[in-house]
Amino acid sequence: MLDLSTGRHPAAREPAGARRAPRRKPGARRAARARWAGWLFVVPALGMYGLFVLRPLALTIQYSLYQWDGIGPSTWTGLGNYATVFSDPALLAIIGNAFKLIVAFSVVPVLLGLAVAVVIRRISASRLALTARTVLFLPQVIPLVAAGIAWSWLLSSTGVANQFLSAIGLGGITRAWLGDFSTALPAVGLIGAWVLVGLCTVLLMSGMTKIDPSLYEAARIDGAGLWREFTAVTLPSIRQEIAVCVTVTVIAALASFDIVYISTQGGPGEATMVPGLEIYELAFSHRQVGLASALAVVLIVLVLACVLPIQRLARKGAQ
Amino acid sequence: MIGSRREAIIGRALLILLMAFTVLPFVSLFTTALQPSGTYPLGLEWPAHPQWGNFTQAFKAAQMGSLLESSALIVAGVVPVSVLIATMAGFAIGHLRVPGSRLAFLLFLVGLTLPFEGVITPLYYEVQGMGLLNTRWAIILPLIGLFMPFSVYWMRAHFVTAPAELTDAARTDGVNTWQLFWRIHVPLARPAISSLTILLFLWTWNQFLLAIVLVDDPTKRTMAGALGAFQGQWGTNIPLLCAGSLIILVPTLLVFLAFQRHFVVALLQGSLKG
Repeated sequence: MLDLSTGRHPAAREPAGARRAPRRKPGARRAARARWAGWLFVVPALGMYGLFVLRPLALTIQYSLYQWDGIGPSTWTGLGNYATVFSDPALLAIIGNAFKLIVAFSVVPVLLGLAVAVVIRRISASRLALTARTVLFLPQVIPLVAAGIAWSWLLSSTGVANQFLSAIGLGGITRAWLGDFSTALPAVGLIGAWVLVGLCTVLLMSGMTKIDPSLYEAARIDGAGLWREFTAVTLPSIRQEIAVCVTVTVIAALASFDIVYISTQGGPGEATMVPGLEIYELAFSHRQVGLASALAVVLIVLVLACVLPIQRLARKGAQ
Repeated sequence: MIGSRREAIIGRALLILLMAFTVLPFVSLFTTALQPSGTYPLGLEWPAHPQWGNFTQAFKAAQMGSLLESSALIVAGVVPVSVLIATMAGFAIGHLRVPGSRLAFLLFLVGLTLPFEGVITPLYYEVQGMGLLNTRWAIILPLIGLFMPFSVYWMRAHFVTAPAELTDAARTDGVNTWQLFWRIHVPLARPAISSLTILLFLWTWNQFLLAIVLVDDPTKRTMAGALGAFQGQWGTNIPLLCAGSLIILVPTLLVFLAFQRHFVVALLQGSLKG
């Protein structure tokens, strides 16, 4: 069937391959036009994405080159704001806090999740394990804000943590964990670990159920001990799942906001201040939009710099 | 045999311990919520006289009715539109392979790891410029955009594997692209679409940063944003704060328990792909 409307389009607009095709089906030209018409399907998503992600992204970079209080005129400072981010000890400490949180948000949940998943490998199909899957997922479902409120209470001076410590005879070390300079950041880390350990455990568990049991038998026949079995069979098989856990948790650590906002507001002093919260404070409380934007760009780049190597490693391992 | 039985026992004990650690905050919230309002109780202690009235009081104090309505409106504004336009884009990029689809895909990938804090400042001025500050649109419209990278990535991953023969057959029958999408490919994509819907529902409901930055009035925010305001207001009355937090958790928990199998699968797939 000949589509008359296509005749009006110059043939040059069609992909070259379609024109040279020797036995062209009657519908081919129409199909080529339909291929371009397919862009209409992309436009709404691309439009919203452009308007609310790409444009703000470009604006963040633009703002970061100016000094601006958000209302009055702005002055060009070039890379001055970045110089501040990388030289101001307070801001460097804040970026440092984000990296310290990686220990609690990523290392602990992934190692603990790995340990639990290995130990319960044999009972992973039991009723208990299935219940555990649901229960361990609860922290993923509730708002982080709620986790922050609950843990602020647990870690307060009369909270469960101190109650427990007193009960086992450690009453001497009780304190308001989130209010103490030396323990506030680890306490925030604990909240993050609580949120993420379930996700990691369940992810790694589900990865392990896909491992062929004969691999373990083969390893046992070869006289491999538990450790050897773990490094030779388990770890390589769940590489992908581990990479996912690390990626998700590292992003959660570097870009943390909700938990810190609710539980400590960055305090005491600046002991638990993280880049996400500092951007918010700089931009909306201190009216230093330029500096806030420079920190935002640094945060975006840091996340990429951490995540891309993890992805590359995982992909290399898969080949 | 004995060795593996011991392993199983240790495994069970570990699992139970981990589950106890997970539910501990909820239990503490619950026992505290039943203490007399305004007191400073212990973290874990069953009250002599459980004050069930705290829940009613918190329900009123938190204006739960209007909060639920607000969150529902925001979800209704974000999720269906996001799912629809992401499915369309995923279809065009992953299946139709429109010219330049690789480029479009890469463009979406740029936003995949973007922390929302990275763009929140310009978003504020952008939304202000549109005259939408302090309206629900201030949360709805940016969220749709911010969800696009993951959503398009997710739907594309499905459509890449959709059978090309179906499309060829439909084309020879003279089916146009919209019909091809709507009648043939959307029904096949239902599992991917429902997982995406669950994830987006959750992420919208729990969205905090956009809510506190772009909307001042807690009754026009998401649940999570409202909870933040509730803490600011009632932070000193611990039992009431705990009761309010629990009430605000209930809707998510109910939805989670109702769809728990789908949730776990969606979250697992979501994190694996993302």
